[in-house]
Amino acid sequence: MTTVVTGTTAPPRSVGTAHTRIEGRDKVTGAARYAGEVPFADLAHGWLVLSTVARGRIRAIESEAVLAMPGVLAVLDHRTAPRVNTDYSGLMGMRPDPTIAVFQHDRVPHLGWPVALVVAETSEQAREAAEALVVRYEEAPHHTGLDTDHPDAHALDGVMPGVTGKGDLEAELAASATVVDAEYTTPEEHHNPMEPHAATARWEDGRLELVDSNQGATWVTGELASLFSLDPGSVRVRSEHVGGGFGSKGIRAHQVAAVMAATLLRRPVRVVMTRRQMFSLAGYRSPTAQRVRLGADARGRLRALEHNSLSVTSTVHEYVEPAADPARVMYDADAHHTANRVIPLDVPSPTFMRAPGEAPGSFALESAMDELAERCGLDPIELRLRNEPDQGPVSGLPFAGRNLPACYREGARRFGWAGRDPRPGRRRDGRWLLGTGTASASFFAGAGPSTATLTAHPDGTFTVRIAAADIGTGARTAITLVAADALRVTPDRVRVRIGDSDFGPAMIAGGSMGTRSWSWAVTAAADELRDRLALGSDIPAEGITVRSDTAAAIGALTPAERHSYGAQFAEVAVDPATGEVRVRRMLGIFAAGRIINPLTARNQFLGGMVWGLSMALHEEAVRDRAFGGVVGADLAGYHVATNADVPRIEADWIEDHDPGDPVGIKGIGEIGIVGVAAAIANAVWHATGTRHRHLPIRPDRVLAAATADRGRPDA
Amino acid sequence: MREFDYQRAHDVAGAVALLGAALDTRYLGGGTNLVDLMKTGVERPARLVDIRELPLDLVESTPEGGLRIGATVTNGDLAAHPEVRRRYPALAQAVLAGASGQLRNMATVGGNLLQRTRCGYFTDVTRPCNKRVPGSGCPAIAGDHHNHAILGASEHCVATHPSDMAVALSAFDAVVRYETGAGGGELPLRDFYLPVGDTPHLETALPRGALITGVTLPPLPIAGHSRYRKVRERASYAFAIGSAAAALDVHDGVVRDARLAFGAVASRPWRATAAERVLTGAPATPETFAAAADAELAAARPLEHNAYKVTLLRNLTVAVLTELAEEAAR
Repeated sequence: MTTVVTGTTAPPRSVGTAHTRIEGRDKVTGAARYAGEVPFADLAHGWLVLSTVARGRIRAIESEAVLAMPGVLAVLDHRTAPRVNTDYSGLMGMRPDPTIAVFQHDRVPHLGWPVALVVAETSEQAREAAEALVVRYEEAPHHTGLDTDHPDAHALDGVMPGVTGKGDLEAELAASATVVDAEYTTPEEHHNPMEPHAATARWEDGRLELVDSNQGATWVTGELASLFSLDPGSVRVRSEHVGGGFGSKGIRAHQVAAVMAATLLRRPVRVVMTRRQMFSLAGYRSPTAQRVRLGADARGRLRALEHNSLSVTSTVHEYVEPAADPARVMYDADAHHTANRVIPLDVPSPTFMRAPGEAPGSFALESAMDELAERCGLDPIELRLRNEPDQGPVSGLPFAGRNLPACYREGARRFGWAGRDPRPGRRRDGRWLLGTGTASASFFAGAGPSTATLTAHPDGTFTVRIAAADIGTGARTAITLVAADALRVTPDRVRVRIGDSDFGPAMIAGGSMGTRSWSWAVTAAADELRDRLALGSDIPAEGITVRSDTAAAIGALTPAERHSYGAQFAEVAVDPATGEVRVRRMLGIFAAGRIINPLTARNQFLGGMVWGLSMALHEEAVRDRAFGGVVGADLAGYHVATNADVPRIEADWIEDHDPGDPVGIKGIGEIGIVGVAAAIANAVWHATGTRHRHLPIRPDRVLAAATADRGRPDA
Repeated sequence: MREFDYQRAHDVAGAVALLGAALDTRYLGGGTNLVDLMKTGVERPARLVDIRELPLDLVESTPEGGLRIGATVTNGDLAAHPEVRRRYPALAQAVLAGASGQLRNMATVGGNLLQRTRCGYFTDVTRPCNKRVPGSGCPAIAGDHHNHAILGASEHCVATHPSDMAVALSAFDAVVRYETGAGGGELPLRDFYLPVGDTPHLETALPRGALITGVTLPPLPIAGHSRYRKVRERASYAFAIGSAAAALDVHDGVVRDARLAFGAVASRPWRATAAERVLTGAPATPETFAAAADAELAAARPLEHNAYKVTLLRNLTVAVLTELAEEAAR
């Protein structure tokens, strides 16, 4: 036995210095195995069969013919599948989306509803049989369009209340020197992580094991235990590497179907979604129809602010896209009203998608602020600075650090904003009209209770175990750096194991809360371990292990408005003859707490900004009202920005220290998106003089505006 | 996915013999479109005859001063060929405007001509489509057709041909060469694609079982001063929403000769012959170019959501021809 210690003289700090991903080499060489690639003996393959009608009932499933096909082992459907329990509360107390309770009844609530799972010896056999399976339906009329006059529209609470309000809106609008009243829409958008959803289920020594691609092993374990009425300790979920999630990788139909099949067949069963199936089964961001009304006094101070958002949900589950939420943080007004409403349609259930609420909501709100600046004759940054609130406009709580003005000062300096001619349509480069725009960003900085275990080994190394998920962000590396600093050792002495529900409950990689939540738990465990080791006891062969739980500490946080902030800048070029819009450069300056790993943090900010660019100009799922499904449901039909669309982008951050916060880390996974679409739309206005209030800003929309503006298409 | 046989052909006669008259056998070139369609179930061949090793991978000058392009020349090699770039620059530009570097390194000239429409209803086997299942209907006409045809379509199909390369070949009067078991033949590109009518599933005039062996470009001095411009919904890796291949011969401010073809407007590359007639002999001015575009687009029959293409093609025609005229004047 040896006496090993954490550092007494601390090595240079690891947090704040650039580190490449620990598993980076494994990923680029293919050594890292993803959920759909982990080998299993005796593995069977399931293929989901999805409904081809948008509403109705299953009349018949002609399984017999398919069961005779080569390699086919079973067909699970509503007549043959095990029953599951859906009467429980899952993540954050939410009721489960019944879409995950597959094969429980004959009703079809939307196109792409899972109606059967065909299991075969090989993936190819399963697919061929699944595509041959004849399912007969009794069709019923369906409705899938977001109509703003829909009679069933109703306010819905999400994580935050559906409706907030103070003051007399109409009176303040009437008394305002300047008023903006505008409607904005954003389309249905899909997450499309690079790695499709994949899960393998098996029973091993009386335990259910799932090898999965998800954003939280704890989350999936809890849902599976509830669904199948199992002791949570008898379910183990592993998720070593995850090729993107963006909110779509929680509990989904394929995992439940895999568990059902593994249970019936008593062998491992893998179910992988196709890209096309993901457009029905993986969740998506609802389209939104938003109306913003702003009223300002002669100096540009807001007297009235109203932000109403309408989104869609399915007929089986209520999910609200809270696009009106950003207004509750960003701006105060004497009359301040926000509402998130939904209408149930015959569509799949929408879900969290990177920056839920903030992404579409900031497009409307920050576009409206730009319109207000134009009408007030104020610089858009100056208008925002004049409307910096002293406290939470709705909550009344103090801000725990609000460094938005500093972001604007730094951003304006680096972007070269000073001296900008505010008049639209004045700058030209050949066939291109040029313009610049800006917008604000904010994102909630929360934390979720997590547990971590930390072991000191006799050889002087340490092992961290936490059910964190690295969905491509570099979380494994960030936790390593945090643990190294907390232990006062170099990172090479710290091993971090994540993605295993047996490590104990932990926060999901979601809501920009993962790194903040996990670091908190790891730091707490390290503090305790250092205390233990400081006593000088020898370390036994099995090591000394401590365990932390942050539930009490998080509960003890002083209530405050905790958020990250950012200022987004964009320069665009618009060809009015063809409608092409190209972004020429972008800059985002963020105040996002303590930055753990500048290398991967910059990557996350840039990735978010590219996402925002993609949202502004490209992304749009077109749902055909006649058949109720998405047309062109693949990455050729659903456009995301390509490398050629992405210009010179810079992301940077300013010092953002909150002395009252025990970890000082804020999330950075989502804020990069927020405000980008508005900054680009505002730049397109500056270039052309046309406000684009409907995303994406497609060539045909630019062309229509140019034609309407000038009377002649080639002018 | 249906299981299929795979055989590799080593010479043209062998390839044609391997394919035979079987309806569910396909030639496999780069596979950049066919393999995708097999994954989605649009194509379910029982057998693939791989023709990538055939000796059809050369670009050669013809004695008359044109070019003979082999069917298995990759798109990447075609675009990079010095004689293509020098004598038919719009062709090189068109190829480079398509797909991605990886796809262009795989895709072949023959396959490019025969690629299928990317209409979202055609590629979704759960939907009706007259091109995929004759008589089943066309949901695009009442549905999503923002990138569908405005010229030469019918009530049975409004799909567009996705090729950029073929638009330039069409402007330059290319001729397609093919081989069958009963001998070879040639088809001018203007006759290669069939009118849509009520048979949108019949796309080309190639005889059954024919193997495209190459494309011949005639000698065409005007092509040396040519341009391809493509407008799409993102900067790369997207099919056109409108494109134009143009060549212009201007002397003393007057158009002596012109070539013009449009892409993404019809079930085939659209040779703008009406526009060419207006251009020839007229002053090389934006007004002439607009009048030429209008003459061609007078036949356009846009649907509810694709009328923007008329404006787009008019503007694009004026822009590209103006550029060419200005360069000629220098």
